[in-house]
Amino acid sequence: MVDHAGALADRVWRRYDRKQQLIRYGVLLVTVMVVYWAIRDIDIFWPWVWDAPNQISSLGARMWPPDPSRLAAITNALLETVHIATLATLLTIFIALPVSYIAAQNTTPNRACLWLGRFILVASRSVNTIIWALLFVAIFGPGVLAGILAIMFRSIGFIGKLMGEAIEEIDRRPVEAMEATGASKAKVIAYAVVPQVMPAFFAIVILRWDINIRESTVLGLVGAGGIGVILQGAIDTFAWPTVATILIAIVVLVLIGEAVTGLLRRKVL
Amino acid sequence: MTRPDQATAPRTWRKPPFIANPVLRYGLWLVVIVYLVWAFGSLPFNWARISEGLPRAARIFGGGFPPSFERSGLLITGFKESFQIAILATLMGVALSIPFAVMAAKNVAPKPIYLLGRAVIIISRSFHPVIVAILFVAAVGFGPLAGILTLTIYSIGFVGKLLAEEIEEIDWGQVEAMKAAGAGYLATLIYAVFPQILPRQVGLSMYQLDSNLRASAVVGIVGAGGIGGTLMNAFGRYDYDFAFAILLMIIAVILVSEGISGWVRKKIW
Amino acid sequence: MLEIAKLVKRYGRDEPVLKELDLKVEGSSVVSIVGASGAGKSTMLRCINRLVEPSSGSIKLNGTELVNLRGRDLRRARRKIGMVFQGFNLIDRLTVMENVLAGRLGYVNLYQAITRRYPQSDIERAFTLMERVGIAHYANKRADELSGGERQRVGVVRALMQEPEILLADEPTASLDPRTSEQIMKLLQSLASELSLPVLINIHNVAQAKAYTERIVGLRHGRMIFDGVPADFGKEALDAIYGGIETAEDEITEEPGRPAQQGVAHDST
Repeated sequence: MVDHAGALADRVWRRYDRKQQLIRYGVLLVTVMVVYWAIRDIDIFWPWVWDAPNQISSLGARMWPPDPSRLAAITNALLETVHIATLATLLTIFIALPVSYIAAQNTTPNRACLWLGRFILVASRSVNTIIWALLFVAIFGPGVLAGILAIMFRSIGFIGKLMGEAIEEIDRRPVEAMEATGASKAKVIAYAVVPQVMPAFFAIVILRWDINIRESTVLGLVGAGGIGVILQGAIDTFAWPTVATILIAIVVLVLIGEAVTGLLRRKVL
Repeated sequence: MTRPDQATAPRTWRKPPFIANPVLRYGLWLVVIVYLVWAFGSLPFNWARISEGLPRAARIFGGGFPPSFERSGLLITGFKESFQIAILATLMGVALSIPFAVMAAKNVAPKPIYLLGRAVIIISRSFHPVIVAILFVAAVGFGPLAGILTLTIYSIGFVGKLLAEEIEEIDWGQVEAMKAAGAGYLATLIYAVFPQILPRQVGLSMYQLDSNLRASAVVGIVGAGGIGGTLMNAFGRYDYDFAFAILLMIIAVILVSEGISGWVRKKIW
Repeated sequence: MLEIAKLVKRYGRDEPVLKELDLKVEGSSVVSIVGASGAGKSTMLRCINRLVEPSSGSIKLNGTELVNLRGRDLRRARRKIGMVFQGFNLIDRLTVMENVLAGRLGYVNLYQAITRRYPQSDIERAFTLMERVGIAHYANKRADELSGGERQRVGVVRALMQEPEILLADEPTASLDPRTSEQIMKLLQSLASELSLPVLINIHNVAQAKAYTERIVGLRHGRMIFDGVPADFGKEALDAIYGGIETAEDEITEEPGRPAQQGVAHDST
């Protein structure tokens, strides 16, 4: 990518002076070297690479035609997937809101809380849902609880971070007005902060719900419930036509999810 | 100051409800409650197994601390592979995203090609990379090749979508100028379209490199190479102190790469 | 009665904004405070209800020392001090009635505040006051749907809901057009006499200050340099306060469009 971009850039931005030109060549050279290193050093058995198109198309051929015989089980698993995403999103709200409150610079009670809040957000965001799921499957055993917890723990960081930013961006003047009436901190929040962050809150939760639906389709691959469990089972038993049905079902689910979130955005916001 | 002629009956005020229609309002509440009951009721919770969770959690965290960096050789090999996967996948993904973006841009592609381009992008965005990875592992075998192919698809979906939107918003005057000069389709693309999307393309590539690095840690869990595989093995062998060491390293690498990618994008824009 | 003695406010290590200011306001008089931007008018008002912490000095309202109040005592003192703001500082997304009732936040408990279950007497008072200023028919409209003059009336009613013992108005007309600002000044003047309430008005518009108030206090660089009745406020006083650079006659007759405050634009909805 970068060498291509660099080559184009070289042509388009000819008016750059010598130093910038040099920097550009330098970046290009480094990129080429890194790519060269990556290709030479990576642990790939090259004949497989040349054979890959065959393998992929033969896998595709084995999937065709999709086998709808297990459609009922698949539909149930899809519902379970949606439940995991929805319940996890709902439950996340109760944790993410207090965290965003202490992680926003203008509402945090003190510096210790601010750093605690930021730590929670960073920790939650830098661990992927699947890795959270791995951890919770190890703790609570395979099943939907691990899935819900995994989605929750990843969503806390997402919702908390964006809500924290929304809180930091509020108009300070109504807050000042509420303070001037002699309102306590809790009342100031209820009247001056909550109404201002409401639209952001709905938008963020809807967005995360959409993401969570996609994420919860893979939870089952590590045993944390949902459609992934059936997918893994079908792959393990080489039931490729069933796999194809599941894949189509997932695309349909994701598209429905997108349609629903689009509808919600228009209705609520 | 109370004017007697006005203050006839005690006036009441209630907050106007968010949804004016009472049937709809209470109906929605009912729907939410029914949904929650249904969702919780239908999900298979294995309470017996879950109740063992706390002692297990204690054992896992107890076994995990302090994290052990003894097998740093494995750790470094895993990360090296993750980097290589991310770099090669970004290279291929970004390069391939250009033709797909052109195909999926309404203003430069003919209708049938546009629909095809859109379909490719929608499908590659519907599947979580882990699902794509498990399919590629099945097709081309365990190892980094599956990872590269997965993340290439992932990059095409993401970069292709944003790039297509960018192409749809270009300044059309330049295209007309090229056409007026008698340039062919390809020449028009290269001289009038690509220069306009180039800055965006470079920024997106940096973002995608960061994003692929995160994802490469995850696709390894299903056998597509990189640090994820190492993590999965450590978990599988109850080797928790090594697993936590890997987790900490993943978090550190992600934070650093997020910082670098953000810095570079700021420099470019 | 409001007694300010030796009030000093200094931000960080800069030159003090207020330098040993003394001011006494007795009975139900309307006092206007004039001065160039940065003369310390706004800081002085905000010191009275402690939105700004005074550095030293004493502020007594009806015998109560305000300067060292904390927590609950401070909130109790604040609810006796109504404040009207330049930017209205309404909560845009709440209804007019909720904004008005917010003036009672210092009196009701948290449960009542959150559920909007205000005592009947508060609702009566709200309607009476809203009728008095002519906005009662807007009770269930959202605050951001109102025009500037109407919004400032909501601000005034909110302040009066506190059953204040003194009313502070910080540039209440600076964000309004000339006609509307005359109306608001008239309103403040007549409310002061109806409710026998002392009113302190920060104002830029010298013509309005002379027309609607009984006493003018002139500030320059944090010191009081004029204190007297409007009749005595002539050209020398104006020159002394504003530095005598502008053509004074124009200032007095044609004021509203003055180098208005920095915040004029931000209430646009």
